[in-house]
Amino acid sequence: MTPVFTSLQWSDLLFLLEGAWNTILISVVAIILGSVLGAIIGWLMSLKNTALNLTMMSIIDVFRSVPLLIQLILFDSFVAIAGFPLPPFFSGTIVLTVYTAALVAGVARAGIEAVPPTLRAAARCLGLSYFQELRYVTFPVGLRTAFPSWLGVALATVKDSALVSAIGYVELLRASQILNTRTQESVKIMLLVGVLYFALSYPLSLLGSRYEKKMASNDHP
Amino acid sequence: MDYQFQWRPVIQALPQLLEASLVTLQVSVLSMGLGLLMGLVLYFIRKSPILPLRAFATTWIEVARNTPSLFQIFIFYWGLGEFGIFLSPYVSVVAALSFNCAGYMAETYRGGFAAVPKGQNMAARTLGMTAWQSLRYVELPQVLRAIYHPMTNQFTWIILASSLGMLAGLRELSGETQYFNSRTFRTFEFFMAAAVIYYVITKIALLVLKAIGWNLFKAERAAK
Repeated sequence: MTPVFTSLQWSDLLFLLEGAWNTILISVVAIILGSVLGAIIGWLMSLKNTALNLTMMSIIDVFRSVPLLIQLILFDSFVAIAGFPLPPFFSGTIVLTVYTAALVAGVARAGIEAVPPTLRAAARCLGLSYFQELRYVTFPVGLRTAFPSWLGVALATVKDSALVSAIGYVELLRASQILNTRTQESVKIMLLVGVLYFALSYPLSLLGSRYEKKMASNDHP
Repeated sequence: MDYQFQWRPVIQALPQLLEASLVTLQVSVLSMGLGLLMGLVLYFIRKSPILPLRAFATTWIEVARNTPSLFQIFIFYWGLGEFGIFLSPYVSVVAALSFNCAGYMAETYRGGFAAVPKGQNMAARTLGMTAWQSLRYVELPQVLRAIYHPMTNQFTWIILASSLGMLAGLRELSGETQYFNSRTFRTFEFFMAAAVIYYVITKIALLVLKAIGWNLFKAERAAK
């Protein structure tokens, strides 16, 4: 009779690393797509069109007031109902992207609004078109204020990607659970998973705090 | 689309879902309270001159902030089992969320204390207050004002994060929803109802916290 539980092997490490790779994959895709989408929404909100802002804000508010886990399950079941079920990676990426975009939108808007209007007007006076001014003046200047908050959102997305496990995507956390069930050696595995997550997130938070310190010392020499 | 939406099972289960929302609220308030207290302790330990204490606080804060909260819940729920410590879903979720909250709040407190001018403490001590009195009557009230807004955000976050209890077998709002889902297979309908309830809960919580803040900081508004 073959035993129900088999002990931990070196090849299991590979399985965990594959999970970590999937975590990186889904986070990077969601962060990139979410940032682009969020930046566009943030820009639209900085136009100060009341009707548009009210619509945008109430939609964003919904995404920020409903748990991500519920959003994932809802979307996953909805696409199945609608007749085109998606593999967990795609439905996970879509939900995570929209969620990230909802967070980035606020950051982008604050960044754009931190650019002095006089600076923007001056750029226009010098003959830059609207989009040239946006690209060469507002973007680089606004990025300086928005960058630390954006890093915070990116960090949150990496961590939130763990929830995609709930709809069946085998990322790091899910991989560890599969190993836990088979080997019953939860401590070793969980410790390793913790280290891997930490290795993914800590550089981001370190970068954020370094940048903030640098900015602070720039402002008050 | 040949799917028939059926809301009747949801409506029938509504009393139980609302009852489970109370568990959600309970878990959130408990975790927030514990997190606030432990966060303050962590903030002070982090400044202590004793290296092991400092290292302990720093490790706590960094682990809490740099690993997924779901992972933290799993550590408390399954990880501790290997040491013979078996926590109920309720206890492990509250423990994990307050562990997480404490890490974030410790950082928030740092910002809050930085906002209080150093002279305040000196003045209080000069006037004959003990270190504790200065903290309790002079600094903490100002810190509370500084961290109140981030704290409300943290509370909303905890309400949403408590939904992860579902994956540790806790019967709070999400867990209850999942329970009914597994009995009726009306996944979309049930989780839609849960989403609406969560939305309403967070909105009510924010309103209540705003009202409390409005009452707490009357003096500051009058001074302006």
